Amino acid sequence: MKKFSPFMYILPAAIIIVLFRLIPIVISFVISFFEWNVDGMGGFIGMQNYFDILRDNEFWQSMVNTFWLVILVVPCSLVFSLVFANLLNSIKFLRAFFRTVYFIPTVTSMVAISIVWKIIFNQQSGLANYLLRMVGFEPLGWLAESDGIFKLLFESIGMELPIYLQGPSLALFSIILVSIWRSLGYNTIIYLAGLQNIPGVYYEAASIDGASRSRQFFDITVPMISPTTYYVMMMSTITTFQVFSQVYLMTGPPIGGPLGTTKVIVYYIFDKGFGESGNLSYASAIALVLFGIILTLTMLQKRLEKHVHY
Amino acid sequence: MQRIGKGLIYFVLALCGLTMIMPFLWMATTALKSQIEVNKGHVGFVPIDDFSYYHDGAVEHRVKVVSAEGDSAYVHFFDDEGFIIRDPAYTYIKVPAAAVHRERKVVPHWENFTKAWNKVPFGRYFFNTILVSLTVMVGVIVTGALSAYAFARMRFIGKDFLFYLFISMMMVPQPIYLIPSYVLLNHLGWIDTYQALIIPWMANIFTIFLLRQHFKTIPQDLFDAAAIDGCSRFRMLWQIVLPLSKSVLATAAIFSVIGSWNSFMWPLVMTNSESLRVLQVGLSYFSQESSSQTTLLMAASTFSIAPLIALFLLAQRQIISSFASSGLKG
Repeated sequence: MKKFSPFMYILPAAIIIVLFRLIPIVISFVISFFEWNVDGMGGFIGMQNYFDILRDNEFWQSMVNTFWLVILVVPCSLVFSLVFANLLNSIKFLRAFFRTVYFIPTVTSMVAISIVWKIIFNQQSGLANYLLRMVGFEPLGWLAESDGIFKLLFESIGMELPIYLQGPSLALFSIILVSIWRSLGYNTIIYLAGLQNIPGVYYEAASIDGASRSRQFFDITVPMISPTTYYVMMMSTITTFQVFSQVYLMTGPPIGGPLGTTKVIVYYIFDKGFGESGNLSYASAIALVLFGIILTLTMLQKRLEKHVHY
Repeated sequence: MQRIGKGLIYFVLALCGLTMIMPFLWMATTALKSQIEVNKGHVGFVPIDDFSYYHDGAVEHRVKVVSAEGDSAYVHFFDDEGFIIRDPAYTYIKVPAAAVHRERKVVPHWENFTKAWNKVPFGRYFFNTILVSLTVMVGVIVTGALSAYAFARMRFIGKDFLFYLFISMMMVPQPIYLIPSYVLLNHLGWIDTYQALIIPWMANIFTIFLLRQHFKTIPQDLFDAAAIDGCSRFRMLWQIVLPLSKSVLATAAIFSVIGSWNSFMWPLVMTNSESLRVLQVGLSYFSQESSSQTTLLMAASTFSIAPLIALFLLAQRQIISSFASSGLKG
């Protein structure tokens, strides 16, 4: 009986993973220490690219924008999807139907979705302002508005805010709304699966003791679901750091506008690497910094999980 | 009280559900409107045409009323395409007001779909996307089944090391290896080729993980019995493992197709020529080139997502449960 070695079975997958996942990461480290000019890789410059990043205002602006995105998208998505999942879990009739409806945005392409939302946010012919006018509000600038949302909010009640409290621009906030909308379906499904794993006896015991529905939600559901919450939080954080298509398709011209308030870090990497400057080693260095940030946050969340776990 | 509570839950769910699909409803209905109506600021969900007509005694003409004075009106004439005729013989014509009437009716403009389809080679884009999605899917299943089989049912040196090396590669987000991959593919001369779109994606670590977990659950007795009958290791994979794994293989295939169909950043960076554009890239260029033609953009968006929504609705139970279990295992 002739046997193939086990390595023969692994080989096809291993070739592709080593060649197109492992080696690129090595390349990434290597080229980030070199200069890049029009005809390709230049001389060794050590940590120069990394020092340049620290002084790069555009990098910091993209980083701040990305942090706003993460800070607003992740918690909002978590809260809404937990509420949705609870509502879905409390019904039987039509549950599968609603689940399907909520999930549709998750399977559709970000490109088509972004095109549609860009037109929805159009100032003159968009659905968003149409609905605002219908309920008696002033139309908004949405993707064209570079003023911060907190500034706009306080302006409407006649207060002025100092510049550092103005928050993300309304344009970035529009992107945030789309990202929340897009992430809800997936997170709801994950939460629903988590909820179905909580043994019913806890709720029965609580009911006998006379605990209200909201008491049960905060004292049983929230702690019991915390492992799922950590998973969802981690996944959403990682995906939100990588937002690209929404910005690429919904904003501009120039992309990242108005006034760079929607420029996010992955778009900045793309622009540095493949835009006018075409500096692949600098772009590589930024990508590695982003990877470092994502890894650090993931580890922090893992550590947090150990402490707060029920 | 209980009943009111249930009613309220259904009301909230329906309201949120409506919000979730509102963009799609608006996309589909805007795709059916005439561009003139959209430019006039007609926003609602019904494709209504609202035009003035002038009956000259023999034929009816579509016109734009510029001004009216007593019992006569000044009008511009439209051509068949819906544009105002700039020829002075047809602009600012004085006609009796009684012969002009306004009409509002529901007219779905299905021709927007054919117009959008013919404006750029969407047929080619679809072909590219389908070709890439299917070959990648076959690749992912073949490489995944082979390696998962080795990881789940064989013993060899360095097995755990290799497995965890693979898993750790899964942690690296795509934007991180995009730039070095470009450098690598450029070096291989693969930029702007089908290989660049297909080969790097022919192995999927998540699929290997998913299949390995499932292959491990198959009882050892089946393998022992087959070994006594002199069945080779490869035949065991073919005749025992795969037939018992149809559902998980279908899950992996669906994940792969959804991933390739929606992939955007990679093909955007790795291809330049129009003949190699996949659907998402083609759609993105189309949206930049025809940004003012909202009805055509909506039509193109509609037919770009329709196949995947159809696949999803057909296999929604399978897709949702596999997404859900992807969460529990992680």
